[in-house]
Amino acid sequence: MGRYVARRLLQMIPVFFGATMLIFLMVNVMGDPIAGLCGERACDTATAAQLRREFGLDKPLWQQYATYMGNVFTGDFGTAFNGQPVTQLMASAFPVTIRLTIVAILFEIVVGITLGVLTGLRRGRPVDTSVLVLTLVVISVPTFVTGLLLQLLFGVKWGWIRPSVSPAAAFGELIVPGLVLASVSLAYVTRLTRTSIAENRRADYVRTAVAKGVPRRRVVVRHLLRNSLIPVVTFIGTDIGALMGGAIVTERIFNIHGVGYQLYQGILRQNTQTVVGFVTVLVLVFLVANLLVDLLYAVLDPRIRYA
Amino acid sequence: MRGVARTRAFRGPRWAAAGAMAAVLVLAACGGGGAGVGAKALTASWGDPQNPLEPSNTNEVQGGKVLDMIFRGLKRYNPRTAKAENMLAERIETTDSQHFTITVKNGWRFSNGEPVTARSFVDAWNYGASLRNNQKNAYFFGYIEGYDKVHPESGRQSADTLSGLKVTGPRTFTVTLGQKFSTFPDTLGYAAFVPLPRTFFTHHAAWLDTPVGNGPYTIESYTRGAQMTLRKWDGYPGPDKARNDGVTLVVYTDSNTAYTDVLGGNLDLVDDIPAGQLKNVRTDLAGRYINSPAGILQTIAFPFYDPKWNTGGARKVRTGLSMAINRKQITETIFRRTRTPATDWTSPVLGTDGGFKPDLCGHACDYDPAGARKLVQEGGGLPGGQVRITYNADTGSHKQWVDAVCNSINNVLGNDRACVGNPVGTFADFRNQISGHRMTGPFRAGWQMDYPLIQNFLQPLYYTNASSNDGKWSNQRFDHLVDQANAETDRPRAIRLFQQAEGVVRDNMAAIPLWYQNGSAGYSDRLHDVTLNPFSVPVYDEIRVG
Repeated sequence: MGRYVARRLLQMIPVFFGATMLIFLMVNVMGDPIAGLCGERACDTATAAQLRREFGLDKPLWQQYATYMGNVFTGDFGTAFNGQPVTQLMASAFPVTIRLTIVAILFEIVVGITLGVLTGLRRGRPVDTSVLVLTLVVISVPTFVTGLLLQLLFGVKWGWIRPSVSPAAAFGELIVPGLVLASVSLAYVTRLTRTSIAENRRADYVRTAVAKGVPRRRVVVRHLLRNSLIPVVTFIGTDIGALMGGAIVTERIFNIHGVGYQLYQGILRQNTQTVVGFVTVLVLVFLVANLLVDLLYAVLDPRIRYA
Repeated sequence: MRGVARTRAFRGPRWAAAGAMAAVLVLAACGGGGAGVGAKALTASWGDPQNPLEPSNTNEVQGGKVLDMIFRGLKRYNPRTAKAENMLAERIETTDSQHFTITVKNGWRFSNGEPVTARSFVDAWNYGASLRNNQKNAYFFGYIEGYDKVHPESGRQSADTLSGLKVTGPRTFTVTLGQKFSTFPDTLGYAAFVPLPRTFFTHHAAWLDTPVGNGPYTIESYTRGAQMTLRKWDGYPGPDKARNDGVTLVVYTDSNTAYTDVLGGNLDLVDDIPAGQLKNVRTDLAGRYINSPAGILQTIAFPFYDPKWNTGGARKVRTGLSMAINRKQITETIFRRTRTPATDWTSPVLGTDGGFKPDLCGHACDYDPAGARKLVQEGGGLPGGQVRITYNADTGSHKQWVDAVCNSINNVLGNDRACVGNPVGTFADFRNQISGHRMTGPFRAGWQMDYPLIQNFLQPLYYTNASSNDGKWSNQRFDHLVDQANAETDRPRAIRLFQQAEGVVRDNMAAIPLWYQNGSAGYSDRLHDVTLNPFSVPVYDEIRVG
């Protein structure tokens, strides 16, 4: 187990360097960010040259990357064009997005798995059919449509929520945005759980448990669900990274100033430091989430051993 | 996982889901509360300023909004007439349009108590001009003598202060310009020319966290990227005291959300109605929608550094293209009358006294398919057989109108491939290609005035090697007329000379004027006296609440 974790952690290093280098190259291909800084008119040459020097943009790309990575290891992610250190942007953005992700994941786990178990146990019944149709609708409707619709209905027509989230972005305000963000994954979780449950329901160990007279609830929870959760856990685990990075649409609709917002601003203003910094952290989140998922397998299925 | 597995929801199937949903909504409702503002204060939409909030470093509307609330300069542009009127200036005197003596009014203070003196101005201007400080608006001080020492084109600066600025008394200073510039006093309403308190220089970082100025509002708190709370400053000595208790500027990423928030009663004022909402806005906001002209002109510019576009024939082609664009139809269908077809190269906000001449463009801006075809043919056809209009696709819904303009040209010329749009991913890349002179065909150009002067619509854009002459157009006669106009001390005569110069732009169709842009805003029924100034920024201090 310990060796397995160590090996996985070591594997992260090349992935980390590769990913950051790719992002660095991609942002740089977009051209000279200073060109867009002065609005519709060009910056005067002297100021532009000095800004370029200040942000290290006058150096060759490999040197920029080396300096950048060197700084990252000392915890310095550079400065955004508005003069704020990127770490400061992260400190304000990540907590918000993490809260939003937690709400979304909770929705996936609680609602998604519950619905999945229900429908898996009642295949072909009206409950099953209606949930299947419902998930199909959710999957096929784009997130921004769901988001704008809920915002309009709950926020404007009925006045149940504020249409936008305040800068504090407390958990209470994030419930509807979290639901919107989770919606598509939630539908997948439901369907995955349903299939898995329906398959395992006919397994020998379930029949044995039922024959032994184990109470129904215990059969479902301890035997059936536990064995059916592996694909679901894999999905939810990888989804953590996807949700954090993919929150751009939801964050825009509800005016949440999280990671998506900062990334969007960074790309629009072609701010290499912001974009690379945020993506670097997202890559780390993704890698750690994947590792945790793999370790969870052993908890769910003790036959899985890590050498 | 165990917690999850223990869920009991499957006992009551339908109710579980419904219950979860209800809980969600109850909780969500709890989350939404008041915005936490005083009874006579308002909330307004805002965008994250691109640069640190230094006056000479702020070149976009969002930062400019704040500066306009917390600063007052020597002059102020009348929010209705756009005329430059004395604010802190008691007198600005000159005999030759090159040497100016400025007297600052008595009794003005910064909100921290420090008096506003001649030095507050001179220090601020020297700071703004100095290359060392990387100020993006430094070129505004370029007219002042000694600028080339403080801000050389390349290399190190050889002076720290502008030799053309001298403090001559506690409230007087003199300005010497490098050349004659008769309308110079009228440029002093621009935000880059405001005075700065000592703390700006002594405690710079702290000042940037909460800027201190001398305007009708003071900043109570500022969370970067999120919101800024401004309070009315009771000690403000000026005549334009705030008529509300304060303004909270809330940063929105998407103007759609801000608009929805106004509809939902969560926000009082949105000053950018998204294009998609324009068709509903009149019914949604019944009488609380503003659509008023601003000093913004959209044009199509040409790369005159490309020999194809710099021939006698190309001049006719450019005029032909202008006549092939159905401006009226595009402004009505795509922009829903938030743009007005352009008939000159300035803006209606200048007023006819200020240099706006409604039909200066004349027939060259009329939609005339037959005339257009004739001119394009006479000019030898489209250079390269096709025009590609380059634009940035990331903001401003430029794609829509570029496609419409091309459509119009294609219909007129009877050729589906005569004109195509050429999108560029980001604004930065777009600017990059422009300043690298890599344009091979026409490109989008927008001009938002810095100050309401006809000079500002012509000189920076068409004077040889001027700062925003992106197409590198050059015409001796135009340059000569502008020089004459700048040297002319009589204002009406100066304006006539500028209009003659504008005639040269027309005869050569140096850029195709498309439409004047309006500012648009919507507000809640709590607000009264909401107007937009000629820069399309709400006049916050005049707004009444309740």
